[in-house]
Amino acid sequence: MKISLNVRNAVSALVVAGLVLLPLYSQLTGNIFILTLFTRIVILALAAASLNLIMGYGGMMSFGHAAYLGIGGYAVGILAQEGVGSGFLQFPVALAASALYALVIGALSLRTRGVYFIMITLAFAQMAYYVASGLARYGGDDGLTIYKRSDFLGLINLGNRVQFYYLCLACLLGVIFLIWRTVNSRFGMVVQGLRSNEQRMQAIGFPAKRYQLVCFVIAGTLCGLAGALLANNTDFVSPAVMYWTRSGDLMVMVILGGMGSLFGPVIGAVVYLLLEEFLSQITEYWALIMGPLLLLVVLFGRGGIMGMLGRFSRG
Amino acid sequence: MLLVVEQILNGLQFGLLLFLLAAGLTLVFGIMDLVNLAHGSLYMMGAYFAATFVAWTGSFLLGIVLALGASLLLGIVLEFVVLRHLYGRDHLDHVLATFGLILFFNEAVRWIWGPAGLALSLPPWLTVPVQIIPGIQYPAYRLAIIVVALAVALLLYLGVMRTRVGMLIRAGASNREMIGALGINIKLLYTLVFGLGAALAGLAGLMQAPILTVQIGMGENILILAFVVIVIGGIGSIRGAFLAAILVGLIDTLGRAFLPNLLRQVLSGAAASTAAPALSSMLIYLLMAIVLVLRPEGLFPATRR
Amino acid sequence: MAEPLLRVKDLVRRFGGILATDHVTLDVAQGELHAIIGPNGAGKTTLISQLTGHLAPHAGSISVAGRDITHLPAYRRSALGLARSFQITSLLLDFTAADNVALAAQAHHGHSFRFWADARKEKGLRDAAQAALQRVGLGDRANVLVSRLSHGEQRELELAVALATKPQLLLLDEPMAGLGVTESARMVKLLQELRKEVTIVLVEHDMEAVFALADRITVLVYGRVIASGAPSDIRQNEEVKRAYLGDQHVVVRHD
Repeated sequence: MKISLNVRNAVSALVVAGLVLLPLYSQLTGNIFILTLFTRIVILALAAASLNLIMGYGGMMSFGHAAYLGIGGYAVGILAQEGVGSGFLQFPVALAASALYALVIGALSLRTRGVYFIMITLAFAQMAYYVASGLARYGGDDGLTIYKRSDFLGLINLGNRVQFYYLCLACLLGVIFLIWRTVNSRFGMVVQGLRSNEQRMQAIGFPAKRYQLVCFVIAGTLCGLAGALLANNTDFVSPAVMYWTRSGDLMVMVILGGMGSLFGPVIGAVVYLLLEEFLSQITEYWALIMGPLLLLVVLFGRGGIMGMLGRFSRG
Repeated sequence: MLLVVEQILNGLQFGLLLFLLAAGLTLVFGIMDLVNLAHGSLYMMGAYFAATFVAWTGSFLLGIVLALGASLLLGIVLEFVVLRHLYGRDHLDHVLATFGLILFFNEAVRWIWGPAGLALSLPPWLTVPVQIIPGIQYPAYRLAIIVVALAVALLLYLGVMRTRVGMLIRAGASNREMIGALGINIKLLYTLVFGLGAALAGLAGLMQAPILTVQIGMGENILILAFVVIVIGGIGSIRGAFLAAILVGLIDTLGRAFLPNLLRQVLSGAAASTAAPALSSMLIYLLMAIVLVLRPEGLFPATRR
Repeated sequence: MAEPLLRVKDLVRRFGGILATDHVTLDVAQGELHAIIGPNGAGKTTLISQLTGHLAPHAGSISVAGRDITHLPAYRRSALGLARSFQITSLLLDFTAADNVALAAQAHHGHSFRFWADARKEKGLRDAAQAALQRVGLGDRANVLVSRLSHGEQRELELAVALATKPQLLLLDEPMAGLGVTESARMVKLLQELRKEVTIVLVEHDMEAVFALADRITVLVYGRVIASGAPSDIRQNEEVKRAYLGDQHVVVRHD
């Protein structure tokens, strides 16, 4: 495994190191808030990484990715409400439900391309939002409180902030590792090739939809994991987590960090969420600044942060 | 019976409003190849302008006209300052930039008008029920919406199909370079087209204002429905958008009105109450899914392969 | 007379009111190098696109080795041994030349639902890629990004990618478009070698190359076949001369 020494990799390493050492900093300074904040950041970074797989590497601009945060979260929430508190059951169900949803939605959406794909994924995610809002038994619009976090039979205590943080971080790093292997594998080559020139790929013998659908399902499943973790983090799940602006947030994190780079989504999530936090401390109307900021990033920030740190080849 | 007719008219009215939105989106996308998520914000601004101007001037009609003018102006300014820099870029850039615009608009509205939302009340002469068929009455205002929207649709059709400018618009949709080569001021054309789209969105917003509350985020919900209409109606087709919008409006309205009762007759009370709202909201998306399976290019696409 | 490798019968394709492919019928025998020529707008690329499955015909049939492929999607035709080079270069621009060819080899070398092992390290694919690149003269440009290759090199790469799929029928759409004199000569030499191993259908404007290479020539004008036969016959055909005299789009010298 050859890792070249350059600015990008150095920055990525620093960020990872920072994330690993964060609980230590939190203990030393007694700042609990920063630990909970970063738990959320790490979880959303996982979601962003899964989106980067289909967007950055696969070229599929999905505007409905937040749906999986909801599906994963509701899997945990609904099971908890119905008396199934074991994480060993909740998490696999969250993953399976996300995979199934991705399979159906992907099969339908991938019949289109470009802006229509964006619109359709958006529409389906909003459908999920409305369905969840209609589930009166599980809180509907008000959401569902989760009274007890997922139980892993004492292997790990999700109620302990530090343990939970490290679980999330381990998941994030694990997912990044899996994505790394996947994008460089035969499968990954095909998916990236399809992003680059679908016509050419069809001509040499690759059925596009098949590979894109599998990629879509993988990404959805990984995001479902983030959803299950997120529900545990907030002890709560509501339709709002799937509202389409959340999908937009995820997209922004991916693009801000640098699409198609391995650690881009992590950096994007960290920067975006810290900025949001910081700005909301300054002014109640932080979105007034955030909005135009996004505009500027789009207009001038080609390749996101990772792109600005130096040219990189994908994977 | 009365209820059914009323709901059908409601569905028609809703569908026509969706058409106004979808038409604006399709025009802008077809001619400038611009994906504008902030279209919903223009709808919202139309409503806010209406509520404000009506309150200022004390006259409903004057307020409405001013609001329409303000929407047009806002669209032109937006195109000039921000959106023209996006032409020719990746669609993803459009999505992101206009997403940023949505955040900005929602927050600006919250700053200027506060988070609570506004109400716009109708003048008395518009609240009287009108007898359209003997025995069936329908609120005058809703009837007015239908009439106005149909008139606008007709004007749009005539304008795009019969005038020189319309010809340019249709030609521009299929061949941008040629339009430029003909010496037409492309920048002006684009600005006007966007202004038209904004005016349509604003019109839909201000017409809807007295019926629904004027609030932040009202644009996003309906924008997605407009997307669904475009997908169902067909790629690049205004006629498709019209037919699809009516279809969507009818299905959504009738579904929400009658599905719960239908379900209650088939399922137990508890199951029906749980499933009904969820299922009603899903209807439109189910329709979209079916269209995608059977005819991915839409029901009435502009071009047939 | 052996079964032709490629048989096209009464192929029709419309675009709106225009008949781009007008009841085209032609046969290509195994091992033949068959050239398709015609003035611009004759519908040559449209024809190729229908042969490869990127465009669906409105009527007529296409069969390869006796098997009807008229409605088979593009990727399936590749599995049957059809390979294509594109008139407008269609490569994976942000990958290296070797990556492009390796992917083509990968498509025909086992399945691609492998998620773990690094594809760039697969010796079989890398070797096949290098061999194909060597064949077209790009051996030492293997690790260059396609966007950095010259136009001529990209055209050669198109050929290498097509070759890596081990085709039995090669459909080349103006492989010499935009090539300089030396590069054209090299391409012609390469095609001379290749014709011994694979059946080739060649769409070209370069008349010197066409008459040097082709076993048989079909002339397409406004979507219709106006002549088909040996090069010497085509040269003397009155209709063909008329078709070309008006449209001198035939460029024989490149600079």
